Amino acid sequence: MHPQHTPRRTAGIAAVLGTALALTACASGGGSAVGEPETPSDPVDLRMTVWTADETQLAMFQEIADAYVAENPELVSGVTFETIPFEDYTTSLTTQLAGGNAPDLAWILESYAPEFVNSGALADLRPVLADTEGYALDDLLPASTALWEDGEGLYAYPFSNSPFAMFVNTDQISAAEQSDPAELVASDEWTYDAARDIAAATAADSGKEGLVVRDFDYQIWENLATVWGGWGATPWNEDGTQCTFTEPEMVDAMTWFHDAVFDDGAIPGPGTTADFFAGDAAMTITQISRASSLDDSFEWDVVPLPAGPAGQQNVIGQGGIGVFTAGENPDVAADFLAWFTNPENAAKLAAYFPPPRESLLTAETLAAANPKLDADQLQEVVVDGVQDSVTKPAHRNFAQLAQTVRAELDALWREDADVEAVLADTCAAAQPLLEE
Amino acid sequence: MSTVAARRSSVAARRDWAVGYTMVAPVVLGAVVFVVVPLVMVAWYSLHEWNVLAGTFTFVGGENYARMAADPGLRDALLASLWFSIGLVVLNISLALVLAVLLDQRLPGTTTFRTFFFSPVIVSLVAWTIVWSFLLQPEGGINGFLAQVGVAGPNWLRGEATAMIALIVVQVFKNVGLNMILFLAALQGVPEELHEAARLDGAGAWRRFRSITLPLISPTILLVSIITVVGSLEVFAQIDVLTGGGPGSSTTVLVYYLFQQAFRFNEFGYASAISVLLFVIVLALTLLQWQSRRRWVFHEV
Repeated sequence: MHPQHTPRRTAGIAAVLGTALALTACASGGGSAVGEPETPSDPVDLRMTVWTADETQLAMFQEIADAYVAENPELVSGVTFETIPFEDYTTSLTTQLAGGNAPDLAWILESYAPEFVNSGALADLRPVLADTEGYALDDLLPASTALWEDGEGLYAYPFSNSPFAMFVNTDQISAAEQSDPAELVASDEWTYDAARDIAAATAADSGKEGLVVRDFDYQIWENLATVWGGWGATPWNEDGTQCTFTEPEMVDAMTWFHDAVFDDGAIPGPGTTADFFAGDAAMTITQISRASSLDDSFEWDVVPLPAGPAGQQNVIGQGGIGVFTAGENPDVAADFLAWFTNPENAAKLAAYFPPPRESLLTAETLAAANPKLDADQLQEVVVDGVQDSVTKPAHRNFAQLAQTVRAELDALWREDADVEAVLADTCAAAQPLLEE
Repeated sequence: MSTVAARRSSVAARRDWAVGYTMVAPVVLGAVVFVVVPLVMVAWYSLHEWNVLAGTFTFVGGENYARMAADPGLRDALLASLWFSIGLVVLNISLALVLAVLLDQRLPGTTTFRTFFFSPVIVSLVAWTIVWSFLLQPEGGINGFLAQVGVAGPNWLRGEATAMIALIVVQVFKNVGLNMILFLAALQGVPEELHEAARLDGAGAWRRFRSITLPLISPTILLVSIITVVGSLEVFAQIDVLTGGGPGSSTTVLVYYLFQQAFRFNEFGYASAISVLLFVIVLALTLLQWQSRRRWVFHEV
């Protein structure tokens, strides 16, 4: 780095903070409900931040938005979809808020849902959605909306309910003469131990990696929730007040994971990057929406998450769309959201994002939109996956917890780690943050 | 006659003033808008509790400063910054000086080597760091090289001590070329006659370096050490790309801690208080070096 003089650096940070004065001067407690939009004197521009950069998805959003603009030219002159890279998504979003430059609408990650919902930064959408003709608000699955509610209010529309599943590279697995995971699913033998053994043997045969928990990278530990589910383990209790890293289920689950990495060679160790979709690994746990990254360079299959000692647990990752009260036109933004997610458009969005609407959550609807998956895969993995599922860990103090737990778990990712001791340290560090 | 002349000269003086002020205005305005005002605002924010999501901004007086005193995370960050700065300053300055002395010899190939060591300075910092992140992987280039010579390399970025060493080395190689060029320019300003005279008096190479070269390049050493100390306290991108502050919190230096507080935890008030602390630390270190210059900097060049 070219050395800079400190006052400038401090000033740089300050400049970011500085622009926010206008916001703070006028911002109120928020959390108010939005109502019927009054026609603004000039049509407004709306902006929605998203974390997808997929051209076809963005084109579809734009098409839906253009139809809205055509229908409401007096309200809106255009809708912009602004891509923020996934890695920095929430940070960039809060920086925009701090800078007094709140987007009108934003995608929100489920981990941060309680923080956003409780803060009052988002508008209550229920009145608008309930009053929109033909919206069929009661079609939304309660399991989908639970995370986004506070009392009677609904603060975001859970547009994406993507189940985690196991993608497998059947070319590599059959080359290593291992059993086909799909057959194990059929015979009820699809367990984490079976997956680990297949992964280890396949990695040894192919010289590549075995099982990758995608996006975990020994940093974003909440993605391990997909594995913990099989043990019935959770990082904290239901109401988020008590650390449960030291519970026996969690100790067993983490011991299994640790040994799969360091003893069995089934999971690539820290610092090793392997991309399943580039053919670098035998299997990967990731969201079903990633199916679009697959090409025909190898044979693959997708199966539900394996069962652990506590049985099989479906896990979903959610994304919500919320309307910021600090935006310039929350009423118009909420009206647009009601359009963007009405039954007709929700069916279009279902092409990429498993919908929260019960009526759309059928293998037939999803099949039309997901040519890469067959009806059985869709029924087994997506439709069944969303029912009775749990979401990844979320907490109103998530950012601090994520960082603290990450730092403590670093001690676990070495060969000679004492799992129980590390988890005890983790709870000691996390408990004060849970109580805040 | 004389009054006319006086008036004429006062008109001229006023015009001079106007021209002068116009010339400095952009710099002064820039400094005020981008340095002074934000600096004052940060100090102001540091007295507030600022919740970005809820949009609240409450005056809390010295609470953020009291919190700093009791924050173990901040203590760890200060310690990490201290280790990083010591390692960086010592390694960077000594390596830059050695390279400059070597390249000051009139030997074939010195231009090539000079270019070689300077080129990282002009490479994009993030690109440089990402390349190093591949080299530092457990199966990466560095351990591959070590394996060739029969040494099993560690998983550099996952051990607390090795991660810090890796960060320091990556940063030193990035910047050492700039300091080397500064030293080289200073070395070439040392008059040859002094060396010749000392040689005639029977002084050896080490004696001549210590008694002639070092004093004569001491102003440059002061400049380089100020720049390097300040730069070492502001390291950010490398840490963000290579370690994310880990393992544990071993590489969470002060600036990274500040960033986490502000942009990850949305504690903008507390982060402002930390940036005031960072400002005070850098100011104090710079003043200390500046004040101590009379003892060791030789000014009669």
